[in-house]
Amino acid sequence: MYSQGLIGADGRTEEDAAFLAAFQARIDAEEKIEPKDAMPEGYRRTLVRQIGQHAHSEIVGMLPEGNWITRAPSLRRKAALLAKVQDEGGHGLYLYSAAETLGVSREQMTEELLSGKAKYSSIFNYPTLSWADIGIIGWLVDGAAIMNQIPLCRCSFGPYARAMIRVCKEESFHQRQGYEIVMTLMRGTEAQKAMAQDALDRWWWPALMMFGPHDSESAHSEQSMAWKIKRFSNDALRQKFIDATVPQAEFLGLKVPDPDMVWDAGLNDGQGGYRHGPIDWDEFWRVVKGGGVMNRDRIRARRKAWEDGAWVREAARAHALKRAARKVAAE
Amino acid sequence: MVEATPLWEVFIRPRNGLSHRHVGSLHAADEVMALQAARDVYTRRGEGTSIWVVPSLAITASDPDHADEMFEPTADKIYRHPTFYEIPEEVGHM
Repeated sequence: MYSQGLIGADGRTEEDAAFLAAFQARIDAEEKIEPKDAMPEGYRRTLVRQIGQHAHSEIVGMLPEGNWITRAPSLRRKAALLAKVQDEGGHGLYLYSAAETLGVSREQMTEELLSGKAKYSSIFNYPTLSWADIGIIGWLVDGAAIMNQIPLCRCSFGPYARAMIRVCKEESFHQRQGYEIVMTLMRGTEAQKAMAQDALDRWWWPALMMFGPHDSESAHSEQSMAWKIKRFSNDALRQKFIDATVPQAEFLGLKVPDPDMVWDAGLNDGQGGYRHGPIDWDEFWRVVKGGGVMNRDRIRARRKAWEDGAWVREAARAHALKRAARKVAAE
Repeated sequence: MVEATPLWEVFIRPRNGLSHRHVGSLHAADEVMALQAARDVYTRRGEGTSIWVVPSLAITASDPDHADEMFEPTADKIYRHPTFYEIPEEVGHM
């Protein structure tokens, strides 16, 4: 989802050539950049945007699945789903912390999410209509996220790379639990199989869109690749995801909803791969810009959580002040 | 602008015998809530047996712009390393 993190990123930078060359030399030598190091303003701004939007994606990502916690079909599934949603919350927090090392405040990032100024992954603007959606999300959405995040573990910015290592370690269970849910449905009744196929039909294309626009349309990719914020192009990661996922669908007895999909022996430098049909980029941009089914709902839910929590934050601060004063008085 | 909740740095000891290691940071109103949040955020899979939380403001850091002067003297004092000294083979491991 995180190639979408670059949407709206502004890599322009105005430092002199000698400074930029020295910085690029550090990057080319695979040195990690740490928060207090000198860095081009464009590098800093791009990372603030990308890490912030990645964090927002994790936080908003709790909503579609949270919708099913109380309706999970067994205690085993409920415990797993609760743990997964809690992980997403944790991942959002690791990422906010990483962005804050660049001088942006948590409050500012929260405001930008709530005002709609900052984006989050388009995938979370689709509704979760059936239990099968929870399985498909774990399998495809977390699968695509992992595909995107593994190269981010080698990102040139130290705090982002370190957060990604933790996230990737924790996320492999997410994908496996999803696949297991779908597998269980596919071993069930005809109605359960149909429910799984219906969920795949609805999530397949949005999952492919998680990798972001085609390389030719991806305005900020080149600079991000040079700065090693990004290691692979959107299309390369998308292809990798398709090639990994199609056989997994076949194993389950599910059909990927792409009538144009064919095996092409010439793809991937002659190793072969699945060539996909055209992606509906109009839909992608419509959803990114706020026109998805759930955009308004998601922001409304985040805003409510923020507003309803205001008295808790206030009380905690007041309590902390009182305790601190009492401690001083006792000394 | 909303009032900011203080920032804390979190250190975790993975198990006895190892030192506490920095794992990240979080916001909390006081040290009690910081510890609880650190447990929830950083130890969901048995990552540790002990947690330290330190107000980020209490940390004094060296300046990366002065890293050269600060750390340079260590590089040219090779006589601080055992391999600087020649001991004949016959003496054996030392």
